[in-house]
Amino acid sequence: MTAIAANSNLDRWWNSRTARRFMSHHLALLGMVMIALLTLACVLGPHLLPYDSLYIDLRARFAPPLTGSHYLGTDPLGRDVAARLFMAGRISLLVGFSAMLLSTLIGTLVGVIAGYRGGWLGMALMRTVDGFLSFPSIFLVLALAAALKPSPIMITVVIAVSSWMEVARIVEAEVRSLREREFVQAGRMLGLSGTHIMFREILPNAIGPIIVAATLTVARAILMEAYISFLGYGIQPPLPSWGNMLNGAQQYLGTAPWLAIIPGAAITIAVTSFNFIGDGLRDAFDVRGD
Amino acid sequence: MRGFLLNRLSQSLVLLLIVSVIGFVVLNLIPGGPLAQFGLDPSMTQDDLDRLKEQLGLNRPLWMQYLDWAWRLVQGDWGHSFRDGAPVLDVIGRHIFATLLLMGSSTVIAIAVGTWIGIRGATHRYSVFDYLGTVGAMVALSIPTFWFGLIGIYVFSLQLGWLPAGNMYTIGDGSALNYMHHLILPSIVLALVHVAIWSRYMRSATLDVISQEFVKTARAKGLSERRILMKHVVGNALLPMITLAGVQLPSVLTGALVTETVFTWPGMGRLFLDSLGYSDYPVVMGLLMFSAILVILGNLIADIAVAVIDPRIRLS
Repeated sequence: MTAIAANSNLDRWWNSRTARRFMSHHLALLGMVMIALLTLACVLGPHLLPYDSLYIDLRARFAPPLTGSHYLGTDPLGRDVAARLFMAGRISLLVGFSAMLLSTLIGTLVGVIAGYRGGWLGMALMRTVDGFLSFPSIFLVLALAAALKPSPIMITVVIAVSSWMEVARIVEAEVRSLREREFVQAGRMLGLSGTHIMFREILPNAIGPIIVAATLTVARAILMEAYISFLGYGIQPPLPSWGNMLNGAQQYLGTAPWLAIIPGAAITIAVTSFNFIGDGLRDAFDVRGD
Repeated sequence: MRGFLLNRLSQSLVLLLIVSVIGFVVLNLIPGGPLAQFGLDPSMTQDDLDRLKEQLGLNRPLWMQYLDWAWRLVQGDWGHSFRDGAPVLDVIGRHIFATLLLMGSSTVIAIAVGTWIGIRGATHRYSVFDYLGTVGAMVALSIPTFWFGLIGIYVFSLQLGWLPAGNMYTIGDGSALNYMHHLILPSIVLALVHVAIWSRYMRSATLDVISQEFVKTARAKGLSERRILMKHVVGNALLPMITLAGVQLPSVLTGALVTETVFTWPGMGRLFLDSLGYSDYPVVMGLLMFSAILVILGNLIADIAVAVIDPRIRLS
């Protein structure tokens, strides 16, 4: 391998340990800062802007960014894009975060029980995980979202139902390997109940991989909300979300490209940040991931 | 090999069974359940609905209904589209070519580019290229496919005018060249995420192989680095990628649905959305089950292919 290694000056600087450490940790830090800024903007932004996200002004339709105090322009109804972007961010981040909590809860529960009990129950649970993973997630989510009444809570549940499997797999593998360790056997000899051993003794030892998986699940949940809202089956207008702001954007691509570019950039920034944080946490917890 | 095949086949059958149960649950969650079609018809009274329920056996216990439904799936009776009365399997069959074409071409792009990035990243570990590859992959995984498609259309269709903004071919021009021209943008858009995934896995697979003894032996024999890489490393690193291709199938199908919507590509994803819009539940359910079966089949084929190529797996 040494023979193939590159040796330009740039690479030599790059290979110094400082540069590497600096970069690997700072990507996660960058992610944290971005998320903090985004959250702050979504919480405070609507109060600072001169326009309400629902205020329709038909005289100011399709104003390009930086028109007067419409910093990010206006949409086909003359609503301020910046105000809508921040309100949408509240919904999108909240849905992403809640879906993560729910799916991590389901996944952890299934994973702990399957990993600890094993046997036919563990087998059945893990085959169910495989079954859910066999569906292309968007087909399942869209079918469910179309069947059930689309409210933000229902959308959150539907997204969670389609994204708990990764956590379940990770937790199951972790618990299965922890099950045979001495401290668990000691717990059994002390006469502790199965529930106590599962959730009080084993689970705290598997917290690292769960946190990593949960962080990456936030990223995926935000993406999934964007997909289904873009397709018209997620968050319903007039409530804005980053996904449904893009819903009508394609037809105005030639005349008002900012309607498509701005919300998509917000989604990409949010999702990238969560992926960076997840990657940093993976290094920090020393979790072997894929 | 026979033992391996039997074992793997039975696993797939169990998975099919579970998938069908999940599908049946979804079917019954739809308002009106299997009778959704008639709920929309104002000339149907509640009495009519009750009678129909009786006739179709929807008053029986759920497990009997499930068996009935599953047995009809096995026989190829997937119901009829609400929209034109055509058998669901025929409707799906009409759209499968477009999807397979899109998936196939984007998979070729993903494998070619992803393999190159992955191997170069592994052999030039911690170089600027490797770092950009890693960060680039994480960003690529974070870009919504439909947004990337919209940006692509904006730049290459609307601004530069190089590529068509949608559809599979120009009406009146069915030449292969015309198809290819329409295929370029959507397949690149669909490939992006999978280039990222493929390059990450290829990088770590190559690193695994490089650190093995036989590579040291090859080097000790005095083989050139290039020859070691091409003959001994790449082949071994590519093997697990066959499994990966199977595992990635659901996400390729998800991406295809979104890409087809943006590019008005007449495939299964577009059909799924159109059917949802018309509340054409037999087709929606059909596509849901069909895609899951496709995924199970794809994984089965990938595993068998790996076993055929690699004796270590079929003998263990």
